[in-house]
Amino acid sequence: MTNPDANFLKGQKHLTRRYRAEQRFQWIGRIAIAASLTFLVFMVASIFWQGKGALITTKIALTVDLSTEMIDPANIKGASFDKIIKLALRTEFPEATKRKQKKRLYALVSSDAGFQLRDQILEGPALLGADQTIWVSASDDVDMLMKGHIDRNKPQNSRRLSDQQISWIDALLVKQVFNTGFFTNGDSREPELAGILSALVGSALSLLICFALSFPIGIMSAIYLEEFAKKGRWSDLIEININNLAAVPSIVFGLLGLSIFLNVFGLPRSSPLVGGMVLSLMTLPTIIIAARASLRAVPPSIREAALGMGASPVQATFHHVAPLAMPGFLTGTIVGMAQALGETAPLLMIGMVAFIVDIPGSILEPATALPVQIFLWADSPERAFLEKTSAAIIVLLIFLVLMNIIAIILRKKYEIRF
Amino acid sequence: MFTKTLTLTAVALATVTAAPAFAERDQLKIVGSSTVFPFATTVAERFGKNTDFKTPVVESTGSGGGLKLFCAGIGEGYPDITNASRRIKSSEVERCAANGITDIVEAKIGYDGIVFANSKASAQFDVTLADLFLALAKEVPTGVDGEVQPNPYTTWDQVNASLPTVKIEVMGPPPTSGTRDAFIELAMEGGCKTFPWIKAFKKADKKAYKSLCHTIREDGAYIEAGENDNLIVQKLAANPNAFGIFGYSFLEQNSDTVQGSTINGVAPEFEAIAEGGYPVSRSLYFYVKKDHVGLIPGITEFLAEFTSENAWGEDGYLADKGLIPMTDTERTEWAEKINGLSNLAM
Repeated sequence: MTNPDANFLKGQKHLTRRYRAEQRFQWIGRIAIAASLTFLVFMVASIFWQGKGALITTKIALTVDLSTEMIDPANIKGASFDKIIKLALRTEFPEATKRKQKKRLYALVSSDAGFQLRDQILEGPALLGADQTIWVSASDDVDMLMKGHIDRNKPQNSRRLSDQQISWIDALLVKQVFNTGFFTNGDSREPELAGILSALVGSALSLLICFALSFPIGIMSAIYLEEFAKKGRWSDLIEININNLAAVPSIVFGLLGLSIFLNVFGLPRSSPLVGGMVLSLMTLPTIIIAARASLRAVPPSIREAALGMGASPVQATFHHVAPLAMPGFLTGTIVGMAQALGETAPLLMIGMVAFIVDIPGSILEPATALPVQIFLWADSPERAFLEKTSAAIIVLLIFLVLMNIIAIILRKKYEIRF
Repeated sequence: MFTKTLTLTAVALATVTAAPAFAERDQLKIVGSSTVFPFATTVAERFGKNTDFKTPVVESTGSGGGLKLFCAGIGEGYPDITNASRRIKSSEVERCAANGITDIVEAKIGYDGIVFANSKASAQFDVTLADLFLALAKEVPTGVDGEVQPNPYTTWDQVNASLPTVKIEVMGPPPTSGTRDAFIELAMEGGCKTFPWIKAFKKADKKAYKSLCHTIREDGAYIEAGENDNLIVQKLAANPNAFGIFGYSFLEQNSDTVQGSTINGVAPEFEAIAEGGYPVSRSLYFYVKKDHVGLIPGITEFLAEFTSENAWGEDGYLADKGLIPMTDTERTEWAEKINGLSNLAM
């Protein structure tokens, strides 16, 4: 026999090593969490930092001649509002006489200025008859200058605005206001006019279709497969296929949508209807898998008690098991919908990667989606689109958070009831 | 409660899927090249604002994808116009004809220059097409006629002694991009052809000639930076030694941070590209399905808007967006052809 004390000491050594290993593991875990949090904070902060500019836009005050000579009060729409704007600029700066100079001068205001003037007059015809000071949108270059993205100290030929243009801007009355247009306009090729609404509505409509299709179909298939279907070779085959479908790259669903929904059924291209149908193909497997897992998590005693009390299998499932699994259904659905919200690849094939100015009024009208809008803006040469891109990402994130909040509220509601 | 939810969603599903009768299409559908996309969308937007027609829907599908959709058939389900950053191929014309589309109107809208640019923090480069080929090809001539070797060059001065000793690092678009196709065809092949023996080779063995002239090196000197030209511009600003390949409109928008290298002695400037002096420039087109004129409202009006001086002219709004206009005579000639709806002649 060896000395028991020695053995005891040896054990102590092992123990300290084990404790140390445990400590080390915990620290590695903490560092991992800290690192991922840092990345997340960095990403969100940089997006917000870049996107905040899109919430502000620049307006220029112009004194326009709205005498009856320029605009016939009986036929307001027939007037040339662009001409009135140009005339106002020329009277303000009579030194711009050459063609090139005039062009530079006109470039200070947005190409939409004429339409904005028209809308203001149509809204308040009392403006007519005299000189009026009105506010119109500045062009994106002026906006960039006001936000400090164009460096005044650089030589003239290496910035978008000439010295003369900058002196004109300084002489004009300019204000920076909240950019409501970003939330009320559709897409535009002019950054100062581009808005998110058409993409937002397109995304909402697509997701509505996606939900209306994939939620009932997904939940019903999960309930049938889990509660009623006979376990056998067929149900195994179906299960394997559903699991595989969940891992299929999303572009494949887009191709499927193109060949079936568009070419065979003849549904309208670029419409949220087709978009939602394609996205629901993609979210179905996710929902089915999550719903089956949550059905399996319902204790068998519930089912057995219901059957024991004389309930039919359908009653047992729908009155007792499914309501308990409801929070799980909702979680699965929201995960699937969140995935669908961020997809662009399948939408490319069915024509939703498109320039859409008009706000879609129904599920059959052409529409685009938020991630597509982000992609299209990120790809535009105008520098002012950079901040629009970030702002669109913020809108997408907010949309996602709202969706999650609704899911949490619904889940809480069902959890309290049972 | 649960059954109620299910019934509700089922009702929603039923209303949603009960497809109402599709109204006749009263909106132009345009597909095609991502290079022409910014110009087509600008015209579409103005057209929608200035007329009573709806704003056309413009899709960015790429030139090849657009022509495929365009040639698929006649009728409301098919696009009316497709944009292309190259001319339609005879195989595509045949494909169209096979689907009954024999009357196509070709419209050339202007030019696009492809620039080779670096950060303004470094010196401006003066390269030739041959320099670009030697710096970027996978295999380069050894000096002995008929012999090639894997590209050994790592710095610019090895390619051409007059260039500085800077590491070769070029960011450009991936193979799916039309810009890359054009760059390969115009710059790489252009430089490749300057070697007389390779030029002679073209007739003898076209396949080998193509693989020599069209293959870009894969050893890390050429970096595929994605389709997003903005990203390349931002990377250039961060790395003064790197070069980027992208469209002229991005150079114009970012003239404070990047500068275009002169190629064969010509700087990538508006006038030089318009007059054809700049070697790496291509023509941009769109194609119109003549059978849709009258079927879909607004086609002729859209063409009139596109071909107005206000749009594609020298001082037009498309020039502001980076399109390089054609010369006056070319414009008059094309406007006549387009508005007269004359058929495509290959």
